[in-house]
Amino acid sequence: MAAGTNFAAPRAAVSQHALHAWLLLLPALALLVAFTHWPALATLIDSFFSTPRGSRPGHWVGLENYQVMVDDPVFWQAVRNNLWFAGATIPLSIGLALAMALWVNERMHGRAFLRMAYFTPTVLPMIAVANIWLFFYTPQYGLLEQITGALGLPSHNWLGDPSTALACITLVAIWKEAGFFMIFYLAALQTLNPSLKEAAAIEGASRWYYFQRVQWPLLMPTTLFVLVNAVVNAFRLVDHVFILTRGGPDNATSLLLYHLYEVGFKFWDAGYAAAITVVLVVVLASVALFQFFVLDKRVHYK
Amino acid sequence: MSAVKDSPRQGPALYTVSWLDTLAAWLLALLWILPLVYAVWTAFHPAEFSTRFDLAAPWTLENFRHAWQAAPFARYFLNTTLLVGMILAAQLVLSTLAAYAFARYEFRGKNVAFALVLVQLMIMPDILLVENYQTMAKLGLVDSLLAIGLPYFASAFAIFLLRQTFMGIPRELDEAARVEGASALQTLWRVYVPLAKPVYTAFALVSVSFHWNNFLWPLIITNSVESRPLTVGLQVFSSVEQGVEWSTITAATLMTSAPLLIAFLLFQRQFVQSFMRAGIK
Repeated sequence: MAAGTNFAAPRAAVSQHALHAWLLLLPALALLVAFTHWPALATLIDSFFSTPRGSRPGHWVGLENYQVMVDDPVFWQAVRNNLWFAGATIPLSIGLALAMALWVNERMHGRAFLRMAYFTPTVLPMIAVANIWLFFYTPQYGLLEQITGALGLPSHNWLGDPSTALACITLVAIWKEAGFFMIFYLAALQTLNPSLKEAAAIEGASRWYYFQRVQWPLLMPTTLFVLVNAVVNAFRLVDHVFILTRGGPDNATSLLLYHLYEVGFKFWDAGYAAAITVVLVVVLASVALFQFFVLDKRVHYK
Repeated sequence: MSAVKDSPRQGPALYTVSWLDTLAAWLLALLWILPLVYAVWTAFHPAEFSTRFDLAAPWTLENFRHAWQAAPFARYFLNTTLLVGMILAAQLVLSTLAAYAFARYEFRGKNVAFALVLVQLMIMPDILLVENYQTMAKLGLVDSLLAIGLPYFASAFAIFLLRQTFMGIPRELDEAARVEGASALQTLWRVYVPLAKPVYTAFALVSVSFHWNNFLWPLIITNSVESRPLTVGLQVFSSVEQGVEWSTITAATLMTSAPLLIAFLLFQRQFVQSFMRAGIK
């Protein structure tokens, strides 16, 4: 029941009421259409056109851009890298976040410090922390080299070696994200009824049993919320790639969004870039639909 | 067992924290804070100590002076501050109006409109770089602060949060204000906005830290010192391959993060709470 409907609303009043609502919505909706809906649609259209060059506008090329994409080994490498990146960052950052939250939630010595230490990476710019990590990984005089050197291990160029570079990139993302997700778990843990814990303890349930049978199921909505965020971030977090590796060596650390940047803004191939954008939009839209139709049906958010 | 029966109200220390847990928690925390500690060490010591750890090493601010002089950081700071302020102001105004419409009006197409808003939660402007660049080029806005901010002015997240909050405000307050002759906008301003203050604070902190740190879109849409924000400026500065001392880069890095970091350390509790509040749907 809207604010105005208490009055016996004649038709004119109702339409005026609706008009007010649309006027309130208009500025936000117009900007959303201009910078979210329209570009998402336009990218689909553009992906069927060639890249405009100079005064020559793009012309219809059908699926050619997609053919280019399918034939592009770097694209497939970026897909593989991104899946690897997602497969590592999602479970590890969520698992660590949960452990952090359980620890910080206990009466542990130096709780305030622990929480601060875990959460700090979240507030720092990714670009800035990537600089710090770059020095960590630097061959010969970086901190990592100094540690492995002190242990008598052979020198290794962590970011320069295709077999370790992606893992290095992944580690930075996990470090950045875990503290952020911890906050949501912490919030959820604090709403759990403390008498559950008392009851479990009196019944003689082990700490693990209590976690497994009580805390974990009750945290499920939080886990799913964090999971959706982690999936989205897996396709969005690329800032550190610019500083650490620029997709190299040999495209070993090129992620989808980074590849999109290179195609769109280094090679200026708008047609092909549109096709890659479509892939990203489809990935994110399926996450959204999955959340909407599967998760929200099964879990009740408050 | 009998100990439990003798004192049934022992408080929450039912499961004692094992020393193993404490140890693991502390190790992880030290590991997590290590990069920052390391950066502080490097930035505040002369370059020759950036890889050597010596407690007797002299402290210095020289690196910060170098960094400040080597790149137009003052300008970058100004740009980022203006940018963050502009985005936040626009987001607060636009989403307050929209959230009010969703929370308190009934009209045809409301659900469709709301669904359209929610789309942005998943398909963020961060992904739609190519098309948004073309739009900005058509508008003649490339390389301006406005172009960086514009795609973020309407925030689905803010609209969603505020709608939830507004719906929780008793309708009687609304009606009381109307009876006293307040218009819709006056009611919004005098009743809803004051009651939603904690949510505004929460959203503001999240928004400011997001846009202070945002990088990819500003990198693409700017190409001059006049419009570059700090993150892009820092990247340009530190990717100059030759010559820049490591300690200078670290100093610049800390400088860039300092305002957020200091704000976070001062208002830790509010920060953590606002991230919690903003994230829970």
